[in-house]
This record gives sequence, structure tokens and C-alpha cells, in this order.
Amino acid sequence: MIQQVENPVLEVHDLTVSYDKKPVLWGIDLSVPKGAIAGIVGPNGAGKSTLIKSIMGLTALSSGYVKIFDQELNEVRQRVSYVPQRESVDWDFPASVFDVVLMGRYSKIGLFKRPRKADTEAALFALKQVGMDKFKDRQISQLSGGQQQRVFLARALTQQADIYFMDEPFAGVDAATEKAIIQILKKLSEDGKTVIVVHHDLQSVSTYFDWVIMLNLRLVASGPTDQIFTSELLEETYGGKLTLLSEVGELMKKGQYPSRDKQ
Amino acid sequence: MNLETFIEFFSLQNPNVRYVVLGSVLLSISSAIVGCFTFLKKKALLGDVVSHAVLPGICISFMVSGTKDPFILIIGAFLSGWLSIIVLDYIVANSKIKEDTATGLSLSVFFGIGILLLTVIQHSGNAAQTGLDSFLFGKAAALVGKDLLAFSIIATVILIVVFFFYKEFKLVCFDQEYAKSIGLPVKKIELLLTSITVLAVVTGIQAVGVVLMAAMLITPAAAGKFWTNRLSIMLLLASVFGAFSGIAGAYISYAAPSMPTGPWIVMILSFIAILSFFFAPEKGILIKLFKQRKIRNQLLEENLLKSFYKIGEMNEDFTASRSNEELIEIRRFSSAQFKAGLSRLSSQGFIKKENSTWSLTQEGFQKGMRVVKLHRLWELYLTKYLRIAPDHVHEDADTIEHVITPEIEERLEKLLEYPEADPHSSNIPYQ
Repeated sequence: MIQQVENPVLEVHDLTVSYDKKPVLWGIDLSVPKGAIAGIVGPNGAGKSTLIKSIMGLTALSSGYVKIFDQELNEVRQRVSYVPQRESVDWDFPASVFDVVLMGRYSKIGLFKRPRKADTEAALFALKQVGMDKFKDRQISQLSGGQQQRVFLARALTQQADIYFMDEPFAGVDAATEKAIIQILKKLSEDGKTVIVVHHDLQSVSTYFDWVIMLNLRLVASGPTDQIFTSELLEETYGGKLTLLSEVGELMKKGQYPSRDKQ
Repeated sequence: MNLETFIEFFSLQNPNVRYVVLGSVLLSISSAIVGCFTFLKKKALLGDVVSHAVLPGICISFMVSGTKDPFILIIGAFLSGWLSIIVLDYIVANSKIKEDTATGLSLSVFFGIGILLLTVIQHSGNAAQTGLDSFLFGKAAALVGKDLLAFSIIATVILIVVFFFYKEFKLVCFDQEYAKSIGLPVKKIELLLTSITVLAVVTGIQAVGVVLMAAMLITPAAAGKFWTNRLSIMLLLASVFGAFSGIAGAYISYAAPSMPTGPWIVMILSFIAILSFFFAPEKGILIKLFKQRKIRNQLLEENLLKSFYKIGEMNEDFTASRSNEELIEIRRFSSAQFKAGLSRLSSQGFIKKENSTWSLTQEGFQKGMRVVKLHRLWELYLTKYLRIAPDHVHEDADTIEHVITPEIEERLEKLLEYPEADPHSSNIPYQ
């Protein structure tokens, strides 16, 4: 069941993504309404992170397009924020908590320029929001997993965006951090911002999210949690893989077929 | 080595000395700064690729121009060094070949072509070619005014670029995807970083040669990282290490003329790196050993006090004197450790010596009691909350008893509701 909405803040149209010609996402069509806290769920290797990355333009699309606020990503980049997976960086990098959070302001500061007072204040404010202001001078190598995640979230918050994409913000964090993060997400949604989160823990889905996107190489369902998050659809998402789909994908990789026949 | 040579050298009166010193310092600083970024980007081998790949460029520019003008050779070197990185990235992006293999491929193919061209030039009978092979081994001691001019220009360019793109380089090295997501022109920034890396290599190679060039890039960065957790300070330290090695290398080859400058620069850099490895605060090996020793001592002392307490518990008398034999009966200590531990405890005021026996002071009694309490609390916690069998909890508690902080102690007490006895029905003592 895929529910499309009027005036979506995010519209994904006929999106196919392939790695080495093997499609890992097939023809995704979805839309998300303003102010939603949307969870992307699905088994390992379902393409959840890939979906976010391709929306953010970090992975090339084989077909389709993405529109945010009815525009191309590059037109609205200042209003879009991305929180990568915590493990995607080396936390032994020589930087303090404050340094990392300030990075969220780099595009606002602009090339060649140094951070202004407004930028440092925005960074301090974001640190306070995630409850890490006491750790601002701490080396990032000395942070716990939960603290690292908060730092990443604070960095995204400094962008003051209208839509946030977060890749597994709840993975491997302590209970206090999980609670702090979800409170921030709720606050963002109350302020009319939209949050889209890759999520692993099915137990918390119905309390955390008001919109759910179920993914397993193809889009299984997308819609309000109370209508979509049913045992039937869950079974379809997590149950038997579509072996036919995977096999065709393998064939495409083997023969290096293009994903769309452009003749 | 005498004072006269020292003064002669550092007065920089001799123009030749001036060229060598300034040249070495400039190129060491340039490579140190650029090296910090390649090091943090985990592309330590990039310098090695570029330094080998500049050779064909040098040979071709010589063949085309027929001169050894440093500017012309540098242009050729820059282009072929740059091309090698483009080829490397292209292979990684467009084939199944992994980065390490592609690195080796790019390095050896370019270097092979370079050696081939060099051999052709050497057999061509062109008299101007003598000295071209100094690119292979460096010629820091023979730098001339024109080289120095070229070095200064390149070093200035590198410093200016790093100054203006500092925050962009930092972000691209730390988190490339995020940099892309906020709309930074990551490809262009990387290209710029590659370009100044090639520039630094092209300069450095003339002093230290192809093989040692990678060390000029990476060693100062690696040494600097030991001392700080701030990128700006790391850059500063790396440049200081580079500059110092440059001067020292030049001095050594001046004071002992048979000594080569370039290899000595690298030797001194390596020496600094080794010193950092051992002596740096926090990350150095020595401080780690020192901390481990401190912990071993703490374990020993607390275990001794625990033995005192246990004997006291058995005899229902905590103040009586105990002999060495009694203590060792409770727990086996190695005899050297045993003696050292007792004398430390006595000097810390936790035990008193009477003839050849020992007795607990009030403070020692309390400390011993706390360790026993923590041991038994932890045993109870393990059996209750982790459902571990009572006969399996002792070993674990023997370690954890030394780790628990007063805050955790308090939480443990509350959680277990101030229990009276551990899983083996031993009494849990409270103060």
C-alpha cells in the first residue's frame, strides 16, 4: 500500500539505483507530507541507506528523479540536512566536539571565509539542544557512541534546515540519547520540519514515527503508521525475499546491462 | 663538529649554505603541511605514487626543452604526477581493481616509463643531461639560487591555498559525504588538495629523491598527531618538525661533508617520530606503561589489604599483627611484589610494621573492608542480574572490585537494597 500525498515536501519518482549495474532499489515512487517524522524500515541490505543517499545526491540514480519542496536538490540545499551513519567517519580525527558541530555552518559561511560570531553561536545553541554543551571542548575520540550521535545531530541542527535525513541515528546509542534524540525530532516536527529516519528497531516504530516507509529492494508500503504498520505488510517486507528480483539483478550485473534502455 | 663550523653555518654568510638551509626548510614545511591532510585522509601512499610518477614528466620536459631549468622541469613533473593520481582514481572508480592494487599499478607504470626515458636520455650523448638523475636520489646539498626561487614560490602557493581552504580541507578529510550534502564542491576541493600534494612532492623530490619523498610527507604528520588532538596544532607541529629536520639535515651535511642532506632530513624526522611515539603525553607508549604500572600497584595494594581483612574476619580480630606467612596463605603473591607492596602500604599509612609482623591501621582496615564489600556486592549483582552461577562469579569480581567508583558503589548498593550476604553467604560489611 503506497499512499501518495498532495503537496509533498519529498517526492521520489520512479527511482532506480544500481551498484555495478545490479539494481539495489527498483522503481521507488513515494511522497512524504510536511511535518512528518517518517521511519524507513526493512531488513539488512534492503536499500534503506541507499535510498537516503540517493535522495541526497550521494549515489548516482539509474533512473527517476527526486524533488524536495517541489524543486531539484541543488535549488534547495540550504533547506536540507543530512546526518550520515556514525560509523562512516574516523572518530580519531583531530577535532573537538565544537569543531565538528561548526562544520554544519560551513556552507553558510562560504568558501575562503572564517566562521562568524553568528556561526559559533548557532553551534553552541545546537550543542545545548542535544545536551552536549558541557562537552564542547572534548576530543571527539573520547566520546561514547551516544555522544557521537548527538554531535552529528547537533551539526545537522546548525543548518536550520526544513527537512532532515538521518541514517540510523538510533543505532548503538544509550537509552538517554535515544530519548533525547526522539524529543528533538518531535520538536522539529512541531515546528513544521520534516524528518526522515532510517530505523532498525521495529518495536519503537509506532511510538516514534507517524509515517512509515517499508523497503526491501522495492517499496512495499509508504503511509501513515497507523494504516501501514500492519503485520501483513511487515511480513511482506521482512518475509521471503523476492528471489526472482534478486536473480534478475544478478543477471544484469553479469551482463552489464544498462538499467534503462536508452536507444 | 666544532663551534666554529656551527657559527659559520648559522650566520648564513655563505650563499651556498643559505640556499641549502632555506631550500630544505621550505620544502620540509610544504610537505609536512600537505602531508597532514593526506595522512588524515588515509591516503598515505599517495605521496609515494606521485614521487615516482614525476619522473617521466621530468624526462619529457628535458627532451622537449633541452635544458635543466628548474621551472620547466617542475612543470613537466607536476603534469605527470598529477596525471598519475587521475589515472589512479579513474581505475578505482571504473574497474573492480581495489585501491591498493591501483596504487601499485599507477606507481610502477609511471616510474617504469620514467626510467625508460631516463635511460634513453643518458645514452643520447646530450652533455646537458648530466645530473638529471639527481631527481632519483635528491641533491639538497647542491641547491642553487634558481631552485630556491622555485621552492619559495611553490611553498607560498601551498601555504596560501591551505590558509584559504583550511576549513574545506578539514571537512573533506573528516566526512566527505557530509561535505557533499551541504553542497561543498568536494570534487574540486579534492582536486586542489591533489594539486598541492603534487606540488609539494615535486619540490621535495629534488632534495630527498623519489624513494624518501613519502617519508617527508607522512612522518611529520604522524609525529604531530601524537602530541595533539587539534588539527591546527597538528599542522603547526608538523611544520616545526619539518623545519627543524631541514635545518639539522643541512647542518649535518655541512659539518660532515661526506654526509648527504636529504637522507639526514628524513633520519631526523624519523627520530622525532620515534621520540613522539614513546614520549608524547596521553598517546605515548611510556605514559601508557606508566599508567599500567600504577594500576598493577593499585591491584596489589588492594589485594594485600583484602587479605588482612579476610584474616581479621576469620579470627574476628582486625587489629592484631599478622606474619608474612599468614598473609601468603590467604592469597599467593610473588615474593618481590609482596615485599614491595607491604612497604608501600606501610609508607602510605595503611599498615604498621611491628618487628617482622604487620597490622592494619584504621584507614587500612576501611580500605580493605571496602574492597571486600565491593567484591561481594559484585558477586551478588552477577548472580542476581546476569543469572551467572554462584561458583562462576568469583574471578570476575576479583577484577571488578578494583574498578568500581564510589558513584557506582552507591548505585549498586541501592539496586541490591543493601544486602547482608553475598551468594556464598559471606557477610557484606558496611561502614
